[in-house]
Amino acid sequence: MISLNINNKNYQVEVEGDVPLLWVIREHVRLTGTKFGCGIGECGACTVHLDGEAMPSCQVTAKEAEGKKITTIEGLGESHPVQLAWIEDEVPQCGYCQSGQIMQASALLTVTPHPTDDDIDYAMNGNSCRCGTYPRIRRAIHHAAEKSGKGGKS
Amino acid sequence: MSWIINVSRREFCKAGALLGGGLVLGFYLPEGLSAAQQAAKVDGPFIPNAFIRIGRDDTVTIIVNHSEMGQGVYTSLPMLVAEELEADWQKIRIEPAPVDPAYNHTQWGMQGTGGSTSIRSSWEQLSKAGAVARIMLEKAAAAAWNEDVKNCRAENGFVVHPDGKRRLSFGELAEKAAQMEAPQEVVLKQPKDDKVLGTSKKRLDTPDKTNGKALYGIDIMVPGMLTAVVARPPVFGGTVKGFDDTWARKIPGVKAVVQIDRGVAVVADYFTAALRGRSALKIFWDDGALAGLDSNVQLQQYRQMAEKPGAVAAQRGDFGAAMGRAAQKIEAAYHFPYLAHAPMEPLNCVADVRPDSCEIWVGTQMQTLDRNKAAEITGLPPEKVTLHTTYLGCGFGRRAVPDSHFVSEAVQISKAMQAPIKVIWTREDDIHGGYYRPSAYTSLVAGLGADGMPVALRQRIVCQSIVKGTPFEGGLMKNGIDATSVEGAADSPYEIADFLVEYHMAPAGVPVLWWRSVGHSSTAFAKECFIDELAHAAKQDPYTYRRKLLANHPRQLAVLDLAARQGGWGKPTVAGAFQGIAVHESFGSHVAQVAEVSVNKKNAIRVHKVVCVVDCGRLVNPDTIEAQMESAIVFGLSAALHDQITFTRGRVEQSNFDNYEILRLKEMPQVKVYIIKNDEPPGGIGEPGVPPIAPAVANAFFAATGIRLRALPMTPAAIKEAVTMI
Repeated sequence: MISLNINNKNYQVEVEGDVPLLWVIREHVRLTGTKFGCGIGECGACTVHLDGEAMPSCQVTAKEAEGKKITTIEGLGESHPVQLAWIEDEVPQCGYCQSGQIMQASALLTVTPHPTDDDIDYAMNGNSCRCGTYPRIRRAIHHAAEKSGKGGKS
Repeated sequence: MSWIINVSRREFCKAGALLGGGLVLGFYLPEGLSAAQQAAKVDGPFIPNAFIRIGRDDTVTIIVNHSEMGQGVYTSLPMLVAEELEADWQKIRIEPAPVDPAYNHTQWGMQGTGGSTSIRSSWEQLSKAGAVARIMLEKAAAAAWNEDVKNCRAENGFVVHPDGKRRLSFGELAEKAAQMEAPQEVVLKQPKDDKVLGTSKKRLDTPDKTNGKALYGIDIMVPGMLTAVVARPPVFGGTVKGFDDTWARKIPGVKAVVQIDRGVAVVADYFTAALRGRSALKIFWDDGALAGLDSNVQLQQYRQMAEKPGAVAAQRGDFGAAMGRAAQKIEAAYHFPYLAHAPMEPLNCVADVRPDSCEIWVGTQMQTLDRNKAAEITGLPPEKVTLHTTYLGCGFGRRAVPDSHFVSEAVQISKAMQAPIKVIWTREDDIHGGYYRPSAYTSLVAGLGADGMPVALRQRIVCQSIVKGTPFEGGLMKNGIDATSVEGAADSPYEIADFLVEYHMAPAGVPVLWWRSVGHSSTAFAKECFIDELAHAAKQDPYTYRRKLLANHPRQLAVLDLAARQGGWGKPTVAGAFQGIAVHESFGSHVAQVAEVSVNKKNAIRVHKVVCVVDCGRLVNPDTIEAQMESAIVFGLSAALHDQITFTRGRVEQSNFDNYEILRLKEMPQVKVYIIKNDEPPGGIGEPGVPPIAPAVANAFFAATGIRLRALPMTPAAIKEAVTMI
């Protein structure tokens, strides 16, 4: 039995401790906004926040996540500045990687409220988008930074 | 462009009230016929269509028969309806279509999405659907007011009274409209009257794609569902000789091990258990005929094939005679690897087979074939198979498989288990899984006249056929030539008097498939790099050289000229960068790109900037067109700079995103997109941005280094080799 705190709710999950957190979130807790893309931490589609830090959840076991505050895309709500900027700038195409992109971007803005293009490139480089929404991701992060009332420029 | 369409009374099968009250619009349209043909052939075979539902609450639901995989059809197709319907865009909702002949692709005779055809093939059909519904609503309002319908016009979700003040909403009119006689003639709008088309409407699917609510096939869960992974042969064409599942069955959570036609499935409560069960399986494979497949050996075979004449795909004049008169002879050959589509969402399918029904949830581009395959496997009549189309986490052609293999696997396992099954492919399964863009080898010979312009050109293409043995063979294969292998070459617009394109069908074996831009993904590279080579040999500027050969192709010239102008041809804007240019027509659209490129000390190409000009005819959603150009450039650059599928001892050498790299944000060039506006017939937008990018980059690399890269991908290792060859 593993105890997980996901989006401020406590879950007792009947699962082996070495199962990747990604699959516990998706299959046991049934929050499917967090996506499976590669399983080896290369694409970032499964990015969640662990105690506020963006992590690929396929590279964290359920056991390791115990005692940490886990936030998924569902926990971010629907009107986070990053989400609003994503809508305003029409970032998503197929949309599959976007939960991970948004989780990564929101973690970036928490640490770096005024990211430069280089900051964005560095922080977001582990999040692949096969549709190629990269130019809009850059633009939307700048817009989200502005909307958060914290300035931000390229 | 405008269409006047006579719609015979009997073409309308029903316009009756739906349960709950509302206008259900259904009518017959002949499959695959143009509007003009249809008007002339009202007695022909008709098929039912139903695309619009208007509720009492004013909601206008558009039933969309094409799959949403990022290209924006869940917005652009409703825009076609909304334009003629005069609907309030805020009231538009969409619903994915079920599988039914009513929702067949208007040219394919089956439901499906691909070939950048959704807008082109649906334009008339959906515009008419909208126009017919609008007229019936106007008639309903006219009847309610006892006015002449000519004076009652629909506007933004209402029908407005002749006094210009009173109005009734579509919802208020819905029931009455259902009783109105459908119009016999529909006059569609002139482009100048468009209100919705040509504007950047917000995509209807965007909010749900930012909050985790959008459901993809992989997200579907049904009660009692089990999850399966499949062990497939390590060599294409391999078969299972036997297996030992003793250890696999001991993995906690593993429920069963099931042999199916394509391998051995491990079924478990959850994905991780299934995966661990599969690792514990011991399978004895018969590797079959491709056990020795080696990419280097295959390249030699292709080269040898290209030395001999092939089947003639295109011919003008007399190539041989013209070569005899040429002042200069230029030769080059290009090689392209197999490529995986690598959609972000790995393939998956949920199937629930029951004694008297089968239900499927899947992100697919080929609904009818998938449904039919499920019927064949289960023995059920097709109408007992229900297929739900989910969002697709990318498609690029990988989800348009004529053999329906990823649906077939789930149906077979569900049938054996008598339980709902979700099959999930791992990324390794995907990269190893075949259905690749075929490898191709192409050789070119050209003769230049005294003025440096080409007088003769011969191209030989060696490539596996994608369509052979599929339901598409009849339409796309003629005289042994697969149209998808020679497209972009056989129809080259460059005016060269003596011109010959030949085709050798490479031996089948590795499963191949359409990959975003299909044949153009390689033929455009050969065409646009070779023309650059000819310009260089003629000591002429590659942009103006192309211009001379495109004098009678105004749309090609227009995109080329604008790209040169906006790209600042001849004056790179990035310090230390060099420019390359390419232009190509595909899927009814014209695209030109200017790339600015530099090469670092580690032989890595850095693409700094791409100026992209597209002419896709009449516009639907400009922002989506821009997004698709950006997308195509990224997709094309991944292939140009990184990707290849190679074989050694029959096995694929790549496995996941660590060695099959897709472009990352750091590598993303600045992209500027310009859209040429005109009233030409609509062209595709999903694919046409892909073909020009790789040749534009290769031509820029030549400008930077004087070295021609004639094989993809242009990796540092390949560049290092090219440098040492000098």
